[in-house]
Amino acid sequence: MCGIAGVIHRGGTSGIGAEMTSMLQALRHRGPDSTGFAIYGTPAEGDYVMRFKVAEQEDMASGFDIHARIRGRLEEVDRRLAELGVTVRDRAVSTEYAMRYVISHDGDLEHLARYVEDVEGTEILSLGGALELVKDLGDATVVSEQYDLGAFRGTHGIGHTRMATESDVDIRSAHPYWAFPYNDVAVVHNGQITNYWLMRREMERRGHRFMSDCDSELLAVYTAHNLAHGVTLEESLERSVREIDGVFTYLVATRDQLGMAKDTMAAKPLVLYESDDLIALASEEVAIRAILPQEIDTTDPYDEEIRVWQA
Amino acid sequence: MAGMSSPGDGFRDGFRDGSHDRSHEMGMHTEQLAGRTQQVFFRPEEEERFLYPWAPDVDYNRRTEIDADTLTSTEVNSKLRALMDQGYGTIVVRNPRGKHSLGVGILNRLNLIFEGSLGYFAVGLIDGPNVRIHGRVGWSCGENMMAGTVVIDKNAGSTFGAAIRGGDLVCRGSVGSRTGIDMKGGTIIVGGDTGAFSGFMMQRGRMVVCGNAGKNLGDSMYDGTIYVGGTIRDLGVDAVPAELTDLDKAWLTRKLRQYELLPAQGVDHFTKIVAGKQLWNYDNLEPTEKKLIL
Repeated sequence: MCGIAGVIHRGGTSGIGAEMTSMLQALRHRGPDSTGFAIYGTPAEGDYVMRFKVAEQEDMASGFDIHARIRGRLEEVDRRLAELGVTVRDRAVSTEYAMRYVISHDGDLEHLARYVEDVEGTEILSLGGALELVKDLGDATVVSEQYDLGAFRGTHGIGHTRMATESDVDIRSAHPYWAFPYNDVAVVHNGQITNYWLMRREMERRGHRFMSDCDSELLAVYTAHNLAHGVTLEESLERSVREIDGVFTYLVATRDQLGMAKDTMAAKPLVLYESDDLIALASEEVAIRAILPQEIDTTDPYDEEIRVWQA
Repeated sequence: MAGMSSPGDGFRDGFRDGSHDRSHEMGMHTEQLAGRTQQVFFRPEEEERFLYPWAPDVDYNRRTEIDADTLTSTEVNSKLRALMDQGYGTIVVRNPRGKHSLGVGILNRLNLIFEGSLGYFAVGLIDGPNVRIHGRVGWSCGENMMAGTVVIDKNAGSTFGAAIRGGDLVCRGSVGSRTGIDMKGGTIIVGGDTGAFSGFMMQRGRMVVCGNAGKNLGDSMYDGTIYVGGTIRDLGVDAVPAELTDLDKAWLTRKLRQYELLPAQGVDHFTKIVAGKQLWNYDNLEPTEKKLIL
């Protein structure tokens, strides 16, 4: 079933980490397998935040040498970053297998990302100036506490609670997906994409990489491909409704925008609250009520509806 | 069978003022189905209603309130039942906060008022209560409703009134997609717009949309009637326009006035949509049956 949520504050910051945690926890019944956050803080000039993992959560219970292997992978990541001339300004250990680095780098970010991901078991969850992408197994409260997201302040965010249907229960298949290698772009999705393999092969022929077999990853790659070719976010959303088959509602966040698209059948839910300074969207109204307890007016976007909001 | 009277005869005898002729002409008691006529053998106007033997005897003048703020949906519904057992006939639920499945399965008369918005499956499977919702509702409000009235002040989500069989389900705002999907009777009224595939596989009943309708309106409808006051993006398979008769106008005027949704310009501008009945094949044998016979 899955639940998606998004919130954007126009012209100001807020406790976006706590807000997204409340919204996603209210959607727990739509999917308790994993929870993910893509939240956007204030970008530091010239620095990038790199969130990455060097193992899956379930790997921690496999083998006697997993901790040694993780240490080895981290050392290899550090070595490769140094080789590329990357300055690591801050290292934070989120979990035994997930890290948050603040880095400075003047070179090619895509090459950096591909080189780092070449290390065994390593996946970059996000790499950008404002975006911090966190996803792990468990509900929103568990993941938020694990990664200390409660105090995070920012302008906007999207999130996802996952009920695994077509791929495994692991971090690799959890949302949001970073639109590799496009900085600060993330996607969450509720639905099924029925021309996934056709579209995936087309994207792979164009040189894009897929890290999972989850159909939702296609939306991130597709969006990245469009943005990289000068297509605006709004145009990309409009194209997706025509070119992607299936039933879907998805949200896209960029450094300063939040967008949504609903398929031609309008088969997947989305409730929208819109005011002058705040937009909140979620699969169910109960998630919006989690941050706006007062009586509000909400609407259901219709089929093929596309919207983009600016922070 | 000579001399045996059908329930239908008694039904007609009860209307000596000729009003049954008009209601029959409007199709309120019969529905044409593949050339055969199915008749509804009860009188909606009769005083003795069909009550379930276990239905509590409530008093509308006894009023109480529930604060749902910290309660789960199950706890709210259990409280409603307990209060009805105590004879309360008017119950106000405060702070529903978008919770799902509130007020479902109420099979007796009751005045139920929600002060706020509800989530999915609100007041589904009801048979008799009068419900007022001062807020909005999520998906599938009034699903499989059998009797009573439900009036929602704000918007509603998709599959509004799915498989409704009777009663009046009214949303004063706009609703999502697939409104009245598979509806089998009753009346759905929308004050604003409705989304795509509204009236999909509709079998009986009436749907009134005062605003605009999305694409594929009435797709694959078997029977029933859809009235639209605004524009229709396009019609679904086998949905066709029909003449808006004086009886239609009289019924629309009465219903919309009842819920304070009658447009200032009246109802002459409404478009009536019915089933073209070109898809029907009830009288045809299934291929496997044909093989058996041949």
